Amino acid sequence: MSTLSYAAADATTMLRRNLKHVQRYPSIPLFVAGTPIVFLLLFVYVLGGTLGSGLGGTRDDYLAYIVPGVLMLTLTGGATGTAISVATDMTEGIVARFRTMAISKGAVLTGHVLGSLIQTMAAMLLVGAVALLIGFRPTGAPAGWLGALGVLTLIAFSVTWLSVAMGMNAKSIETASNQPTFLLLMPFLGSGFVPTDSMPDVLRWFADVQPFTPFIETVRGLLMGTPVASGTMLATFIWCAVLSVGGYVWALWLYNRKSVRA
Amino acid sequence: MASTQTAITVAGLRKAYGSKQVLDGVDLAVPTGTVFALLGPNGAGKTTIVHILSTLIRADGGEIAVGGFDVVRQADEVRDKIGLTGQFSAVDSLLTGEENLALMGRLRHHPAAEVKRRTAELLEKFDLVEAAGKPLATYSGGMQRRLDLAMTLMGDPEIIFLDEPTTGLDPRSRRTMWDIIRSLVARGVTIFLTTQYLDEADQLADRIAVLDQGRIVAEGTPAELKRLVPGGHIRLTFGDTATLERAAVVLDAEAHDDDSLTLDVAGDDGVRSLKDVLDRLARASIEVADLSVQTPNLDDVFLALTSQKENVR
Repeated sequence: MSTLSYAAADATTMLRRNLKHVQRYPSIPLFVAGTPIVFLLLFVYVLGGTLGSGLGGTRDDYLAYIVPGVLMLTLTGGATGTAISVATDMTEGIVARFRTMAISKGAVLTGHVLGSLIQTMAAMLLVGAVALLIGFRPTGAPAGWLGALGVLTLIAFSVTWLSVAMGMNAKSIETASNQPTFLLLMPFLGSGFVPTDSMPDVLRWFADVQPFTPFIETVRGLLMGTPVASGTMLATFIWCAVLSVGGYVWALWLYNRKSVRA
Repeated sequence: MASTQTAITVAGLRKAYGSKQVLDGVDLAVPTGTVFALLGPNGAGKTTIVHILSTLIRADGGEIAVGGFDVVRQADEVRDKIGLTGQFSAVDSLLTGEENLALMGRLRHHPAAEVKRRTAELLEKFDLVEAAGKPLATYSGGMQRRLDLAMTLMGDPEIIFLDEPTTGLDPRSRRTMWDIIRSLVARGVTIFLTTQYLDEADQLADRIAVLDQGRIVAEGTPAELKRLVPGGHIRLTFGDTATLERAAVVLDAEAHDDDSLTLDVAGDDGVRSLKDVLDRLARASIEVADLSVQTPNLDDVFLALTSQKENVR
């Protein structure tokens, strides 16, 4: 077998291992899917009437507006789960053993990324299903929905690499659960729940430059069939490339550098 | 490339953590197919040496070859030849015993059928068949350690590092572990063992090195090391203090212990000195309540070697 097929085989083995962990201890994925569903219901039924009329529409219009933001919350919540499971895994003796074996570089990390990506996508589908159930109607074309799914997968992949690096970087499992907290706030500090032009200047500036605003705008456009500015689309792809490459390099560097638990 | 007769060679190995010099110029050579024991107290640097030899951490200096390959420049070649069962369980605690073994088999890129066959074989050999499908939380310490070693063997390593393999095990599990280690040696595997138990080194090792404060303070066969401590002694116990004091005069022995009524007499040359002591006591009509001959064991060696250093500092 070639180096590449060994690498694929090792990553698959690690993925199977991570999925088995999830299957046996499903508390983190349940939490990851549960939290955004609670937020969705809160925002739509508690705040939705007032915020919807603020946008010049109804509760249902507000539901349509926040679905992309809630999907981003699912993804950032998934990032926290990923960081925790990576940090936990690094304290396991088995990882020290992996380092003494001739396993292809990065297989342990790739296994984590793929495992988390599958969980996050499953959680997003669940959140999407709840949104449909309470009356969300994406008005775009089926091709747009597929495009939205593709973009969401790409975003989830990038953010997951970043969160794997954060999990590697954490000194303890507690810090691993705290580090990605700022990610949870990002959809709120962007166009997830209100348009950015309703914000004070400084905040609006931040909201317009941070990655989650183009992420949300792209997904919203594709789901609803409204036009997406080419600059927004481009920003989405550039941010995804930066986050995934940056996360990959950082995570691999940490994995190679970090010595075993003494 | 190093000679195939030598499984591990270490020259001038140094490692510091911050300002603390953990290893300070260690030299070792382990011939292929032998058991080498590294003996030392907690904190002597045993685990650090194992971690460096098994490519987990890098040394600050020194030439280190394992299986004929350099541990830094040819780490992957080294990793193909070695197996490590560490002081901390290197098992996946969220999987079952069987899944752990299969995981190792897949990572060694054995074909699926072979992974299955070898998993069954190792479960059988290590007496884990009943527990195979249970999560590791239900395993005893001895079972976890056996599984750990079985996982190491999945890769057919030529050189196995055992870092304190029996620490924390009950005497029965320890004997089982010793038997397993002996069976590996019989198959020609080279074993590098660390331990703080002297009897373990004595039981298993062909050669022993004593590590103290990051340096090898003695090296040799168990018998050679025992010879480093001069002589054994004869311990005599008497019925009362008066007899004890008379005996002390007769034998010209000063170091007597009034409370336990015992007297230690140097006896370098075994039977001859024993006969001499008994003859002198008989001539003086002194009755001995109890007698034992103490030969030096590795504990004496260890204490002698490490306390010397203590005095120097």
